[in-house]
Amino acid sequence: MDHRLLQNYVFGFAVSVALTFIAFGLTQWHLMSTHEFPPHSFLVPALTALALIQLLVQLVLFLHVGREEKPRLNLLMLLCAGVVVSILVGGTLWIMHNLSHMQEQPSVPFIGNDVTPQAEDD
Amino acid sequence: MSLKEQNEKTVFGFWVYLMSDCVLFAGLFAAYAVLWRQAAGGPQAFELANMRFVFVETLILLSSSFMMGLSVVAAHAKKKALAVWLLLSTLALGLAFLGMEAYEFSHLVAERSGPSRSAFLSSYFALVGTHGLHVLAGSLWMISLIVYLARRGFTNSGMRKLAMLSLFWHFLDIIWIFIFTFVYLFGALAL
Repeated sequence: MDHRLLQNYVFGFAVSVALTFIAFGLTQWHLMSTHEFPPHSFLVPALTALALIQLLVQLVLFLHVGREEKPRLNLLMLLCAGVVVSILVGGTLWIMHNLSHMQEQPSVPFIGNDVTPQAEDD
Repeated sequence: MSLKEQNEKTVFGFWVYLMSDCVLFAGLFAAYAVLWRQAAGGPQAFELANMRFVFVETLILLSSSFMMGLSVVAAHAKKKALAVWLLLSTLALGLAFLGMEAYEFSHLVAERSGPSRSAFLSSYFALVGTHGLHVLAGSLWMISLIVYLARRGFTNSGMRKLAMLSLFWHFLDIIWIFIFTFVYLFGALAL
């Protein structure tokens, strides 16, 4: 038996299960307190961080990233994919967020008291 | 070129495919992130799924990924029967996951909340469905590998195939972490 490999899998599995339980527990707590505690401003970064930690744990312990001999082509490919993914997802969110922000309020200047913006009606 | 070098080259080629698959999923995640509020009067993200159901699905897929790893350890130790049994349990857990997902999807379609209901549901079915198709493909591959290993044993090419399937299976579990977090958990928060 390759004990180091076995240890990696057991440890990776235990940590992944724990992280999944924490993420699920936090969400359930939030739902039971009728969306009051913990607040969204805490949960959004916390759940994102938990997912990213689990990504790293599984990359290292399950996919053995960084354990290969030089040249580390697998690691290089992973980093390239990481750059493409962050440009694609981050760029999309950035552009679409700006776009919807601009659509929320019509950019008609406020002229007087008897002119009301029409955005409320639809 | 030695046999070991040849194997490493083949596995590297497969790794390149996995990384391009990452980009495919990134596109689907980006589409979902843009469209997830566009429910068009239909069901919204927070009323979509039973959280406990999805949590069990997540644990099943994670256990399946773990069984796959144990099978690789057993194969390295030349314990053929154990490795095949572990692969079979990996497959069983994978099929259980697929069954739960199929149940969830058919439930939604029966409630007239299929992919054509709204932009949100289109992007939801595209993202989660693509992952499901990958799991299905992995399961079929696993069946053929089990037959291969049972008949020919852990030859050089058998071990190489096992190494690639394990990469694929762990990769699918990593994609699911993000679906679980950004689709289901964020959905339940009703941001």
